[in-house]
Amino acid sequence: MISLSNIKKTYPGGTGRKTDGQVKALNGISFNVDKGELFGLIGPDGAGKTSLFRTLTTLILPDEGEATVDNYDIRKDYQQIRNRVGYMPGRFSLYQDLTVEENLNFFATVFGTTIKENYDLIKDIYQQIEPFKDRRAGKLSGGMKQKLALSCALIHKPSVLFLDEPTTGVDVVSRKEFWAMLKKLRQEGITILVSTPYMDEANLCDRIALIQKGDILSIDKPDNIVRSFPGQLYAVHASDTHRLLQDVRSFPGTATCFAFGDSLHVTFKDAPSGSNAPSGAATGSPGEPQALLQYLQARNHPDATVEKTGPTIEDCFIHLLKN
Amino acid sequence: MKTLIFLLEKEFRQILRNKGIVRMLIIAPVIQLILLPLAADYSVKNISIAVVDNDHSTASQRLIGKITSSGYFKLTGYTGSYKAALSMVEQDRADLVLQIPAHFERDLVRENTQKLYVAINAIEGTKANLGGAYLSSIVQDYNQEIRQDWHTSATVSIQDAPQISIASSNWYNPFMNFHLYIVPAILVTLVTAMASMQTAFNIVQEKESGTIEQINVTPIKKYIFITGKMIPFLVLGIIIFSLGLLVGWIFYGIVPVGNLGVMYLSLVDYLFAMLGLGLLLATYSGTQMQAMSLSFFFINIFNMMSGAFTAVDSMPGWAQAIVQTFPPSHFIKIMRMVVLKGSGLSDITYELGAMFVIGLVLNTWAILNYRKTA
Repeated sequence: MISLSNIKKTYPGGTGRKTDGQVKALNGISFNVDKGELFGLIGPDGAGKTSLFRTLTTLILPDEGEATVDNYDIRKDYQQIRNRVGYMPGRFSLYQDLTVEENLNFFATVFGTTIKENYDLIKDIYQQIEPFKDRRAGKLSGGMKQKLALSCALIHKPSVLFLDEPTTGVDVVSRKEFWAMLKKLRQEGITILVSTPYMDEANLCDRIALIQKGDILSIDKPDNIVRSFPGQLYAVHASDTHRLLQDVRSFPGTATCFAFGDSLHVTFKDAPSGSNAPSGAATGSPGEPQALLQYLQARNHPDATVEKTGPTIEDCFIHLLKN
Repeated sequence: MKTLIFLLEKEFRQILRNKGIVRMLIIAPVIQLILLPLAADYSVKNISIAVVDNDHSTASQRLIGKITSSGYFKLTGYTGSYKAALSMVEQDRADLVLQIPAHFERDLVRENTQKLYVAINAIEGTKANLGGAYLSSIVQDYNQEIRQDWHTSATVSIQDAPQISIASSNWYNPFMNFHLYIVPAILVTLVTAMASMQTAFNIVQEKESGTIEQINVTPIKKYIFITGKMIPFLVLGIIIFSLGLLVGWIFYGIVPVGNLGVMYLSLVDYLFAMLGLGLLLATYSGTQMQAMSLSFFFINIFNMMSGAFTAVDSMPGWAQAIVQTFPPSHFIKIMRMVVLKGSGLSDITYELGAMFVIGLVLNTWAILNYRKTA
């Protein structure tokens, strides 16, 4: 449905001078998205997610590489692609001085259709904002703006939907609702490419690509990515988290240590005298957790606990970044 | 076509919904057109003159009386020393000093010739030039009168001596009514500001709010989008122009001598060029601030160089060549020709053609650049 091979894009440096540091936004990106798949692009700000969206929606041309959307080439068949995709940019970009209904009507007409014709598709979403249909779009709340933007992106029944950080700046309840809507749309057979900086949303996708500085670090199902986390992860907890972080990091056996919520996620170094762990992965020797606990108690953390825990996408992402 | 109509509907809805803009677009030009011609008047009045009379004769009194009764001059000083008069100039109480020498009357009678000394404060160029010219024409008049007086009283034969007199008449504007000249030009500058600036701002605003991206991922063709942007401002331009003509008629009694159809045809031609400029500026600006600075640059140059206030013919050659590429210079010329002279289409073919070519170049350039950037 969507396929990219070796897509590269470089922007000129910030000062506009040619010799100044050019920004490599996309550094040879390749992946495929199947029909009806909910595919997530996960990465921090500046990873290249928006550049990827702009390339696939034919707003910018890549410097190198090939890409197709719905089997149409992004260079040659951009007109066909524009008829078939729905795009919701990261920033709210509907007409703020037109009302909810006028905006929706406008985008329907632009695609040569009517609200009535595809009402079924947007019904669940649009019904929530329909009471405010005579309100100007600029006067809507953040969550309602997202719903309107999604309605406008869907009104022509696209076969592919591009959503660039649709839940950034939206409250938790609206985010949950939004993802529930995406699941429903997937059932309609719409292919969805969605980006998000929130790791917790990654689990809701069929497959995810972890992206950083224009490179793809890993592509797989969220479960598989979590499963591929090498070694054992421990959650360390104590009341004085700030001092705890410093103390755990100063423990000689610690390989990695990151704050995660109100606890720390820690992996341990391989035991110096030959364990059978695969090279590169920090499996940690079995005695280390106990040693750490004693170490912490000696350093005035009487309530410290060290427990085994399962890794999350975020742990995997941090692990991939480290290597 | 259906898309275009729908785009237009959307544009008009947005423009009309913006009450501030509508008010600015309608009221501001009317106020400017009422005020500016009253203030920007070329005829110079109330020139202060200081007279240094070293003669105190009937002849000198007669000359002074003639100067003050002309209506252009105000006698602000009457002294016996040039120094005192000059200090009045320094204090800005006099623009001109006229020095009448001692024995002015006696020498005039005896030697049939006399010299007057005129000193002009040239800080204000226009006032100095015109003041000097007025004064010398008054003195010449005076000269003629005196001669005639003597001739009638003395010998009759000299009156038969041949004299060359120059009589001039001002065609198309017989009373040199300055308003007739300036109102059409100001009207053009107002339409200019509206057309190019508002188009540029409108498009850049879509860039700023990101809506242009949303439009770009739809199947709307670029030329349809651009046409949809231009037509509303074409209509607005025509409305403002018509309002301006109305103001000219009500407040200054200016009724165009020429055909209104010819005038509106030229207007559409002109707006085509100026909207193209607005479009081009929009493709080069990323923010409304940039668009503002860019269009301010052009509008300033257009206002000062297009012959609205100063004659293009008196500019240096290179400047005249540049002015040829300014659509407003052609349209101001057309306006004056049609309003004052009643020129027809055949008289303004060159100007119409020039504007069309400029418009074609600007619009093509804009569309090419728009493609490249978006």
